[in-house]
Amino acid sequence: MIRIQNLTKDYGANRAVDDLSVEINGGEIIGLLGPNGAGKTTTMRIVTGYLKPTSGTVKVKDLDVNEDPIEVKRLIGYLPESAPLYPDMLTYDYLSYVAAVHGIPGKDVRSRIEELVDVCGLQGVMHKAAKELSRGYKQRVGLAYAMMNDPEILVLDEPTSGLDPNQIVQIRSIIRRMGEKKTVILSTHILSEAEATCDRILIINRGKLVADGTPESLGASGISSYILRMTVKNAGGAEASRILSSVPGVTKVIVPPDVTAQAGELKLQVFCETDLREELYNTIKSTNWVLMEFANERQSLEETFRELTLSESGKAEE
Amino acid sequence: MSFTSFWSMLKRELKTYFVSPIAYIVTVIFLIVTGWFFFSTFFLAGRVDLRDFFSLLPIVLVFFIPAITMRLYSEEYTIGSIEIISTLPVTRLSILASKYLAALIFVVAMLALTLAYPISISGLGALDWGPVAGGYLGALLLAALYTSVGVFTSSLTKNQIVAFIGATAICFFFYIIDKIVFLLPTFLADLLEFLGADYHFGNFEKGIIDLRDVVYFLSLATVALFGTYIVTRERQ
Repeated sequence: MIRIQNLTKDYGANRAVDDLSVEINGGEIIGLLGPNGAGKTTTMRIVTGYLKPTSGTVKVKDLDVNEDPIEVKRLIGYLPESAPLYPDMLTYDYLSYVAAVHGIPGKDVRSRIEELVDVCGLQGVMHKAAKELSRGYKQRVGLAYAMMNDPEILVLDEPTSGLDPNQIVQIRSIIRRMGEKKTVILSTHILSEAEATCDRILIINRGKLVADGTPESLGASGISSYILRMTVKNAGGAEASRILSSVPGVTKVIVPPDVTAQAGELKLQVFCETDLREELYNTIKSTNWVLMEFANERQSLEETFRELTLSESGKAEE
Repeated sequence: MSFTSFWSMLKRELKTYFVSPIAYIVTVIFLIVTGWFFFSTFFLAGRVDLRDFFSLLPIVLVFFIPAITMRLYSEEYTIGSIEIISTLPVTRLSILASKYLAALIFVVAMLALTLAYPISISGLGALDWGPVAGGYLGALLLAALYTSVGVFTSSLTKNQIVAFIGATAICFFFYIIDKIVFLLPTFLADLLEFLGADYHFGNFEKGIIDLRDVVYFLSLATVALFGTYIVTRERQ
């Protein structure tokens, strides 16, 4: 349904999307996952025709976004980040405006808006201006206008960001319901959300696609099957990473930034292709470190995400 | 681009003008300024014509039209709603046309209110309606030019103040250019004089409708609108 080929977008010297290729089939809910600044929004903006790619092509149902922008825009309903509505316009006026821009005939506008009001739960806010709406309602009005012409594809940029937990649940259930009939692409940096709503997850980091699969498969396999968590004493971070990385089969050693260790101790996550507990133990034995803790960790989506996106950028921050 | 989508966008832009207090404030101040300057000398001169009003108009509009056009694109950039309108199935050209026309219609409505001047003075003596009609045609063309400049600077920035100042500067340049040519060598002077908006407007207020003047206003407006189109395209 959507085919993205070798997509690249530069902002000056900054490369936001880097040679991204991906194919999206119909009837799925796709989660674009990645840290802030990974290129999710840029990718969505190119797919919806708001931005032009520096190079590469995006085809929606065999229509090139660059060559038939109007036709493609007819197929896609797009909710930009934080739903930028006109602040002074009433919800009802706004929705009828969008309906008219879509060319929906006047006699059908009312019934179409009523349908959307039901789906998105907008009953109480039709005569309120956008500036008076809470974020949750704004987001729902955004969903309503994105669905106005009943498009086959919905592109939602961080539909749940800034919402409270109840609103998140409501928006998610709307998205799930829409996903039964439509192709939905949503971006998020909340992992549990991607796990809860999406059929397929694409992890993007620094403009590149780094993983692609169902939430289960990404969680279970990842790239490294085993993660060992350990705490050692008397070791320097850089030195420990170097020595442990030299063990054959170790793909990566990271110091999780959000875990605090006691003074003199160092907590590490070691990603390995196979079960390397024995080799790692022997390596540590040959140093003067003291092994305080050593455990196997279940590879969840969160770890996969960490492993794939933290590597270089994480080190740079440390 | 279908006509209904264009029409609905135009309607929205117009509505934004006609429900916003700022537009009414601008209109009222415009009427006070032109009314004051016109009538403060009107009874001293003792002539029943609108010459003083029309000679005032090009410089007054230099400040008032940018105040009306500054929000057109800048506001959409600030709110972020440009992203919505650009991803609806409408062309950039129809977005531009709806904005330009809405602003122009508002300016024309503002000018229409000044028809009260000729109507009220026509009771005082024999008013020659020829120069008045010519003057209003010229004012319309002048408004078309200034509005296109305003749309252009608005498309360049998300800051409405910058858009306002930019448009005022450019419009003022067109206003002043034929008045400073005496400082320049003759061959340049003729060329620059031809660029002057007031120079071309002057013919209309005398009641002369010269095709060259019409072409001048329309072609410069087209250049500014084309520039706007390029700017909005390149923002992609």
